[in-house]
Formats: sequence, C-alpha cells, structure tokens
Amino acid sequence: MSGIQQTVAGAARRPAWTKNFGQRFALLFVWAILVLGFSLARPDTYFTTGNFQTIFGSQAVLLILAMALIVPLTTGDFDLSVAANLTLTSMVVAIFQVDHGWPLLPTMLLAIAVGTLIGLINGLIVVKIGIDSFIVTLGVGTILQGVVLWISDARTITGVSNTLIDWTVTNRFLGISMLFWYGLLLTVILWYVMGRTALGKRLLFVGRGRNVALLSGINVDRVRIGALTASGFIAGLAGVAYAGMLGTADPTSGLSFLLPAFAAAYLGATTIQPGRFNPWGTFIAVFFLVSGITGLQLLGADSFVQQLFYGGALIIAVVMSELVRRRNERRRIAVNG
Amino acid sequence: MMPPPAPSPVAPRLKLSGLRKSFGGSHALKGVDLEVRAGEIHGLLGENGSGKSTLIKILNAFHQPDAGTLEVDGRPVDLPLAPGRFQDLGLSFVHQDLGLIRELTVLENLRLVEWGSAHDLALSARKERERANRIFEEYGLSHLDPDSALTSISETDAALLAIVRSVMGIADSGGGLLVLDEPTVFLPREGITRLFDMVRTVAARGVSVLFVSHDIDEVLELTDAVTVLRDGAVFGNARTADMDKAGLVEMIIGRHLAEAAPLRDRGRQAQARGGASVRGLRGPRLRGIDFELNDGEILGLTGLMGSGFEDVPYSLFGAKPVSEGVLARDGRTTDLTRLSPGAALKSGMALLPSDRQRDGALGGVSVLDNLMMQVMQGYRPWRLDNRRMTERANELLEEFDVRPRDPDAVFGALSGGNQQKVLLAKWLEAKPGILLLHEPTQGVDIGAREQIFELLGRAAENGLAVVCASSDSEQLAQICDRVLIIARGEVSREMSGAELTKEEISSQVLQSVTLSEMEQFQEEAM
Repeated sequence: MSGIQQTVAGAARRPAWTKNFGQRFALLFVWAILVLGFSLARPDTYFTTGNFQTIFGSQAVLLILAMALIVPLTTGDFDLSVAANLTLTSMVVAIFQVDHGWPLLPTMLLAIAVGTLIGLINGLIVVKIGIDSFIVTLGVGTILQGVVLWISDARTITGVSNTLIDWTVTNRFLGISMLFWYGLLLTVILWYVMGRTALGKRLLFVGRGRNVALLSGINVDRVRIGALTASGFIAGLAGVAYAGMLGTADPTSGLSFLLPAFAAAYLGATTIQPGRFNPWGTFIAVFFLVSGITGLQLLGADSFVQQLFYGGALIIAVVMSELVRRRNERRRIAVNG
Repeated sequence: MMPPPAPSPVAPRLKLSGLRKSFGGSHALKGVDLEVRAGEIHGLLGENGSGKSTLIKILNAFHQPDAGTLEVDGRPVDLPLAPGRFQDLGLSFVHQDLGLIRELTVLENLRLVEWGSAHDLALSARKERERANRIFEEYGLSHLDPDSALTSISETDAALLAIVRSVMGIADSGGGLLVLDEPTVFLPREGITRLFDMVRTVAARGVSVLFVSHDIDEVLELTDAVTVLRDGAVFGNARTADMDKAGLVEMIIGRHLAEAAPLRDRGRQAQARGGASVRGLRGPRLRGIDFELNDGEILGLTGLMGSGFEDVPYSLFGAKPVSEGVLARDGRTTDLTRLSPGAALKSGMALLPSDRQRDGALGGVSVLDNLMMQVMQGYRPWRLDNRRMTERANELLEEFDVRPRDPDAVFGALSGGNQQKVLLAKWLEAKPGILLLHEPTQGVDIGAREQIFELLGRAAENGLAVVCASSDSEQLAQICDRVLIIARGEVSREMSGAELTKEEISSQVLQSVTLSEMEQFQEEAM
C-alpha cells in the first residue's frame, strides 16, 4: 500500500512503516516487558489464560470511554463530562428497565440518545457561545452528576435485563467477553474514520489550526460540534455497556473512569502515530494500564496503587509527548538551517 | 541623590555612531549614525526593510549590535544594552501595539510597569487615583476616569495613555528620550492632531522624541529634524524646516540601479475579457472600496501600514468582518457581509494569507495533507484514495519545484520558499477563478520568489484573476497589470502601464495620505 507507493516514488527511501519505528512501537515493547515481568513474578496467577481474559474483558468500558475522548481531543476540545455522561446513561438504562419496565432495545436507544444530546449541548455551548470546552464540560459533567443522584434517589438500582448482561459479559468469543469485541470493533471503526476518510482528516485539520481550516473552507464550527456530539454518543454506548457489565447502575462508580480515560488517550498519543490522538495507540494504552494495575494487585499492592499508576501514567505521557515535540522542533530547525 | 556629572550643554541627548547589525548574511544596518538633540522631535524615516525597526530594537535591547557606540547626554554607554537598562538611561518606547492590556482598567494600565516591580505590598487606591488624575490633568487627559475599563476609551485616548505612561517616569528628570514607533497608523485624523499636541507638550518639558514613521506629511508637520534610512544606511539628515515633501520622497526612495524588469507583457491586458467587480466594500478599516477585476489580470493593492489595503483579500474571502459590499462575477452577485470562507471557496475564490503559521498551513502535518486539504472530497471521501492523492501530490511537487519531493515530509520542516510553493499549489489545485494573495513572498528566498512570480504569471495567462495585497513595491512593479493605492480605507489612486515602477509606486504610497484625506474632507463636508 503506502509502503509500496513510497518505494516507487523514491527507491532510496525506507518504507513508511519503518519511520520512527522505535518511537511508534515503544509502548508496545514496554507493555510486553511489563507483562513478561509480572508473568515471571507471579506465574501461577498472572500468567494464566483466565487472567488475560480478565484483563481484556474487564476494562472494555474504559476502552470505549477513551475512544469517546479522542474524537474531541483531535479537534482541540476537551470533554470532561464523558464519565458523568456514562454514569447518567447507565442509570437511564437501569431506571427505565427496572422502574418503568421498558423493553431492552428502546431503553438502550433512549440512553444512547441522552448521551448524544449531552454531547450536542456541550458542542453548542462551546462553539456557538465560544466558551472554553474545559470549563463547559466540567460544568455540564457536574450537573449530570446531580441529575443522576436526583433521578436515582442516590440508590443503586439492580435488575438490569439478563439479555444485556449476557451480551456484554456472559457470552464470550475466544474466551473473552463480548464487551471487549465491541471495544475492538469501535477501535477499528474510529481508526478507519479518523485515518481513511476526508471527515477524519477534517477533524485533524481543525485541531491543528482552526484558522487554517477555516480559510481552507472547512466548516470549523460544525466539525467541533460534531466531535463533541460524537463523544457524547460514544459515552452513551459506554454507559449502556457499563450497565450490562455490572447488571446494576450506581450513581458514582462510573465517575472514576475519567482520569484513566484521559491517561489512556494521552499515553496513546505517544505511540503508533506519535503526536496524534489515535485509536490503536489508545487501545494499547488502555491495556498497558490495565495489565500494569492487575499485576500490581496480584503482587499484593494496596488499592491506592491504582491512582498512583493512572496519575503517573498521565503525567509521564504528557511529558513524553512534549519532549518528542521539542525534539522534532529542533530537528526541523536544524533542517532549515 | 548625587547630581550627575555635568554633561556638556551642547551634548546631544542620544548619539549613535557606526551602528552595524547583520542577520545571517544580510546587513540590516551598515554603520548608522543618529543624533537627537535635547528637547528635539526627530523624525526617523525609511521604507520597510530600511533598518528602522532594527535600530529601535537595538535601543530597547531586543537585538545586539555587531558594532557601534552609544552616548546619552554626552556619556558613553556600553552596547549591547542589558535588558531593562534603557529605562535607567531615560529611554522609553511606545510601539504600534501600545502595550496596553485590554482586560485592565485605565489606572492599572498606567501603573502596570511600577506595580509589576513594586516592593511595597500596600497600595493606597485613593492616592493612586489622585496621582493619576493629576497626571491626566497635566497632559490634557482630564476627561479620563482612572477606574474605567480600557475597552471603554477611544483608540486615540488609549494611544495618549500609552504615551503618558512612557513619559511620566522620565519627564520629571527634565531629560530622557521617548521613542514613538509608528504610533499613528490606527488613529483617525482628529486623533493624530491630539497626539501631535501631546508630543509637543512632552518635548516642551525637555524630553527628546524619536518619531518613527512612514508618513511624510506627519513628519513634516511635527518634527524639528529628520534622518532618512535607506538599505541599512543613513541616506541623509536635515532640519525639517529646510525640507519639502518631494525632497523627502526622493531621499527615501532614491534611485535604484538594478531595476527588475516587469515579468509580464502588459499590452496583453487590452483584450480584457469578463471578470469581477467589487462594489462599496466597507469594514472596520475600509470605507467603500470599488474596483474591477479582469480575468487574466494581476491587480496589486498597496498603501501605508494601517491604510486597510491588507484587509481587502480577507474581506473578499469572508475571513474578515464586512459591513457592506458586493462582489459581482459571471452575472452572479455575492453579498460580502454574509460570505463564509467555505462559500467563497465554493464560488471559486482562493486565499493565500500572509501569516503562514497561523492562517496558511499546518506545520505539524504532512505536505500531502496540506496540499490536498480542500480537494480531498474529490478522492473518494469515505474511502480516501491515498494512492491517487500521493500520485497527484508528486506531480504537483514536480510542477511547482518543491524540495524535497516528498509528500510525506512534515510541512514545517520545509524552507519558507518551499512552503509557499506548496501553498500556491494547494490553492491553484482548487481551480479558483480568483486568487487572493497577501504578501505572497514574505519570508521567501530570492530564488523561490522569482519562481512564485513565474507561477503566478502562468496562472494569470490561463485566465486566473489575481488580487495581490502587498507593501513590497518592487514585487508589485514586477508582477502587476494594475495597482490600486489605498489610503485611509479608500482607493486613492490607480496606476498602470509605464507608471508601474518600484519608485513610482513607493512615491505614490508615501504621498497617498493627503490626497485621500482631502477627498474624505470633501465627502464629509457634503
């Protein structure tokens, strides 16, 4: 493909996939070493099929939520409301199924519609009124938390449809619960849309230079609103998945996904396509983080290690991308003399 | 405080000798001497690139000179100046952007510098306000309320506030030098009169003023003496009273030996086919611009900085606010007040902005992405045809002689000239009917500059109409069929044919102000 084209264009040039090889696949190697290390340290518990099935299966919700984040991050906007959106939509699933007796499919559609609407509202406030997305989504996220407590009377609601539970965690393919495969499918779809369509390129152009995009005829407002709406939509999917995974909905636990999702998005931007938020990088980052934490827990570490690990990973990811950016800058200056 | 060692009474306030500065291989200053007497208003004139701003930036310690000496009141001062040292020497600067902070109040802006370095923690709001009122009284600004927001005062008052802030530290000592760097370009005529009054008040207190300007009329009206820079050297200096406008224009422009021949056969223009016309274009700095634009024509727009000529391309593309104006083309009329860049692009216009980093291109993505940005829809938008896009990009890089010929190269790693060639290719690839340019060869080396001119010429021969807004007279003389001079937001003159030489364009630009002012006067009188 593009590798072949390259060699045709310039025979002396290396094929594209080898460019920056070390940098692009560094995280993958670190992941492998991490897994190897834990496997050697805890061969009976860590290096087991069951454990790997858990690693891949248990954190698919985080994967979906991280995918929700990278869309607006690519266009240069934050969405700090994704975790609250997930909490609200999972609660909508539980309330409408359990309290109102709605059938599964309409409930799911309603929850996803609610998530999408929240994204749209974020987008309209951020873009049409022109307020920093950081503040808007922080505020909207807090409102959503309030709404969740209000509509649920701060209860944990149990009794989510078994069909949903079956199709998220119980049913397995290759030993891994369906939820993981949904996350993988989403990763593939986002990879295709972001990398292989004009729409995906527009997201990137808007994020890299709003003026440039605007003067190139791109409807910047629409792209940004669309990205925040897409983020809400995917967060809604994550909420439905979360309700299915737990079989219940509680008003707070979903909120703890926010930081890990950011850590995964930023860590993901240091790999595969360094310097860009990208689906495969995010995918690797999620499972790198989960593998690490699972290992630490099996080594007997306290639960606070989770926070140390996620927080540390976020900071290290941001520092690393900044260092990479500076190195490229220096290289660029050197080229220009 | 100890009295300073008595300076000789005839010593100039500021004396620069043999100032040299080069950037890379090019000499910005080639041994400049400048003398400003105590209490004198001294004009510093010269075209863009003559070395004026380099000289100012050496005085405010931004650049380090390669050679040269500085004396203040007869006492030698070491160059380069340490940052901040100019304040101790009584030098003070007001730049075109004024250095005011919009979000603060008048008082906060006035005291910005002192508060920034104050050690006393408690400030008496009442005393500060009284002091500000006293100072405003002294300089004829008593109508200003120290507590009002900066955004609520006029442009003129803001400029005067910036000047007062600069002189309040130095005027008390009965000395000092105020540097005004193009302070008038954004002011209305009435504001310029008030600014001049204030400059005279300041000078009457013994402060010397170095007045940097493009505008010959202003310099003739205000200054006691002038120094003219040309190509990094002092071309002459004189008492203003001995000079007239024609003499100054000649000093500034001079006669260039190597005149670049125009690239284009202007006779061809006679057979003007259809085209576009712009009617009544008004915006923040534009006061009703009309012109015709023929297919196959390169139309230049120029004027003094701030005259509004640089707004025209953006206004025609929907990228700057327009309050009134229409564009008629091919029997269709476009309302420019409601045009968006997307719609402009669809109607066959393209804009190559001057600020490549901010508006023109994405430095961090590939040449391919930059090239194909607006034509991507044509390459199977839902399953992008990377092979065909790369093929087309390779053809374009060949045709526009971009080096390296690598569509995957990061755009920001290219030289300025190659970047501009990529952007020209990008816009011509969108097959526009009208190409709008703003300073198309800024930051572009000589070789690429000639190539860009050739590419533009070829595109025009194929029927493209080009609007080129530029302050570079040489470039306009080389590529344009006609040039419109804009002054204070209106077309003040149209030039074509044999008139289109670098000297003639520069001279008309420098003389454009009074002409349009008169027209404006008449218009307002009617």
